[in-house]
Amino acid sequence: MDFEFNEQQRAIQDAVVRICRAFGDDYWLARDTDGEFPEAFVKAITESGWLGIAMPEAFGGSGLGITEAAILAHAIARSGAGMSGASAVHLNLFGPNPIVVFGTEEQKQRFLPPLIQGKDRACFGVTEPDAGLNTTRLETRAVRDGDHYIVNGRKHWTTMAQTANKILLVTRTTPISECAKPSEGLTLFYTDLDQARVEVRLIEKMGRKAVDSNALFIDDMIIPVADRIGAEGDGWKCLLHGLNPERILIAAEAVGLGQVALERAAAYARERIVFDRPIGKNQAIQHPLAVNWMELEAAHLMVFKAASLYDAGKPCGAEANTAKYLAAEAAHQACQRSVLTHGGMGYAKEYHVERYLREIMIPVIAPISQELIKSYIGERILGQSKSY
Amino acid sequence: MKILVAIKRVVDYNVNIHVRSDNSGVELNNVKMSMNPFDEIAVEEAIRLREAGKAEEVIVVSVGTSACREQIRTALALGADRGILVETDAELQPLAIAKLLVAIVKQEAPMLVITGKQAIDGDNSQTGQMLAALAGMSQATFASELLLGDDTATVTREVDGGLETITVKLPAVVTTDLRLNEPRYASLPNIMKAKKKPIDTCSPEDLGVDVTPGLKILKVTEPPERQAGIILETVEELVDKLQNEAKVI
Ligand SMILES: Cc1cc2nc3c(=O)[nH]c(=O)nc-3n(C[C@H](O)[C@H](O)[C@H](O)COP(=O)(O)OP(=O)(O)OC[C@H]3O[C@@H](n4cnc5c(N)ncnc54)[C@H](O)[C@@H]3O)c2cc1C
Repeated sequence: MDFEFNEQQRAIQDAVVRICRAFGDDYWLARDTDGEFPEAFVKAITESGWLGIAMPEAFGGSGLGITEAAILAHAIARSGAGMSGASAVHLNLFGPNPIVVFGTEEQKQRFLPPLIQGKDRACFGVTEPDAGLNTTRLETRAVRDGDHYIVNGRKHWTTMAQTANKILLVTRTTPISECAKPSEGLTLFYTDLDQARVEVRLIEKMGRKAVDSNALFIDDMIIPVADRIGAEGDGWKCLLHGLNPERILIAAEAVGLGQVALERAAAYARERIVFDRPIGKNQAIQHPLAVNWMELEAAHLMVFKAASLYDAGKPCGAEANTAKYLAAEAAHQACQRSVLTHGGMGYAKEYHVERYLREIMIPVIAPISQELIKSYIGERILGQSKSY
Repeated sequence: MKILVAIKRVVDYNVNIHVRSDNSGVELNNVKMSMNPFDEIAVEEAIRLREAGKAEEVIVVSVGTSACREQIRTALALGADRGILVETDAELQPLAIAKLLVAIVKQEAPMLVITGKQAIDGDNSQTGQMLAALAGMSQATFASELLLGDDTATVTREVDGGLETITVKLPAVVTTDLRLNEPRYASLPNIMKAKKKPIDTCSPEDLGVDVTPGLKILKVTEPPERQAGIILETVEELVDKLQNEAKVI
């Protein structure tokens, strides 16, 4: 068992830390205020080839694993870029995974290089307003018509749809009433986000203002059959393949954000003098920070355990979910504690930690809730009755 | 033209360093190590010269333990062509490092050697100068600008109170100051390519160099903790304190 990064992994971490240094606290505070997409940051990451980290070398990627992608995602969030920085590149990192696994050679050739080069920007349309976490109940309909499918429906929370030109879209092709199981009859597409046929409406939200999330209204959108990933009806299978990597990545991001929040809290606790002593001299301030550190370390280890299993081609469902759960809990605690440690200043934007607290809610809520992870572990690991 | 760049593995500049409890030196266990920042500038300058067509090959050399391979790999990821590690676990002082570099210069015959003006660990600022003297090469230290001619280099140096421009004959040793350039960061494709670039290893014995230290470090201590400042009411009080307490005027 080896708990150390190898030389290349350290080099990756180092290089990402350096890129991020050019985008300091002021940059992210300004994006949180004006809501502008962090184009300059994404450009820097793209130009240095990072979007292709986990994509096959044959299509211009670097062919590394989810372990390395997690190191990248963690380093971005840890720099203070938080979820604003991480989400801005997250989807290009592992979103294309279903194309890699289930796409044809022609599709890979057509879709992957522009994603890696940052020429295409993708969004991910799974969640729907009326299906919620019960994903198989999604109602967006795709109906075959010769060489095309005609799609109608609604998606909710689709991140980056304001600037994306591509969408990975999950649809229902066979009505659920005609399927033996709800997971059947779903079909996945990777296609142009045709803004003439899709109305994209911004959702005002709590944090991460710079990276938009949207409601999509899809009205007779036409998708060529050539843009279907996998066979008709295999959408669920294609989707499942990307779930574990996504959870691992989001967990790595959460740990990073929790750590930068903790670092700020520790620095403030050393410097802030009240009652003639640094506030950190009080165990009531110091001990919770120590607990945050331990919880974040443990979560980080689980992230890399899950990533190692995935990269070794082994099942990692329990570990990926556990990593997401532990990371979100630990980081949420750390961000909240960081605000509290700062006292009134924790509530002031110029100290940055209130932004972290708003952003850390995202990995707590998405892409799967903490409740459903507990239900999964209860059912799959502990042999309890299915509770959802 | 070949350019040789000498790089050193040092404690990362972001690390808060601590003196070992037995005062024998600085604690290096579990401490993040990086390439000396002035050497990064040296690597960058060499790569820019190659990119501008002024040089064909950039070779990086480091002297130290096998861990220095990591910093050589970093330089290769930034664009250097190959690496040399003079591997030794011995304690190294500037004179020994300079002698080892002379041996490498004899092997490789570079027209230009670039290295940092000092390493941020010992802050000695000696290696480049000693290397030039021992190898019989010209030297231009503290460079903030470097123009390479066919058989000369014109170097702007940062000196007390201003800038000095000198021309030296090649082969020469140039040491870098902060303002020479802004180093790039490694791209992922270049990190991947660096894995395949060669790093040759040799030992001080192979080079016939005796690295026995000539200086003995007696004791390393932390600087005294800064005392809190005081606020004075009048100028007279200030003058009095400067004269009688600080004894500086
Ligand atoms: C900032 C942000 C960005 C997002 N980006 C995207 C995106 O790009 N693409 C995309 O497709 N989606 C995206 N999402 C959506 C996200 O994945 C969903 O919000 C998430 O999966 C939860 O689904 P829901 O909101 O429908 O919650 P619901 O399913 O309505 O659940 C509401 C609450 O009820 C609980 N609950 C429901 N059923 C049970 C049960 N049986 N037992 C116990 N508890 C239960 C849940 O745990 C949760 O707490 C994003 C969300 C956010 C906040």
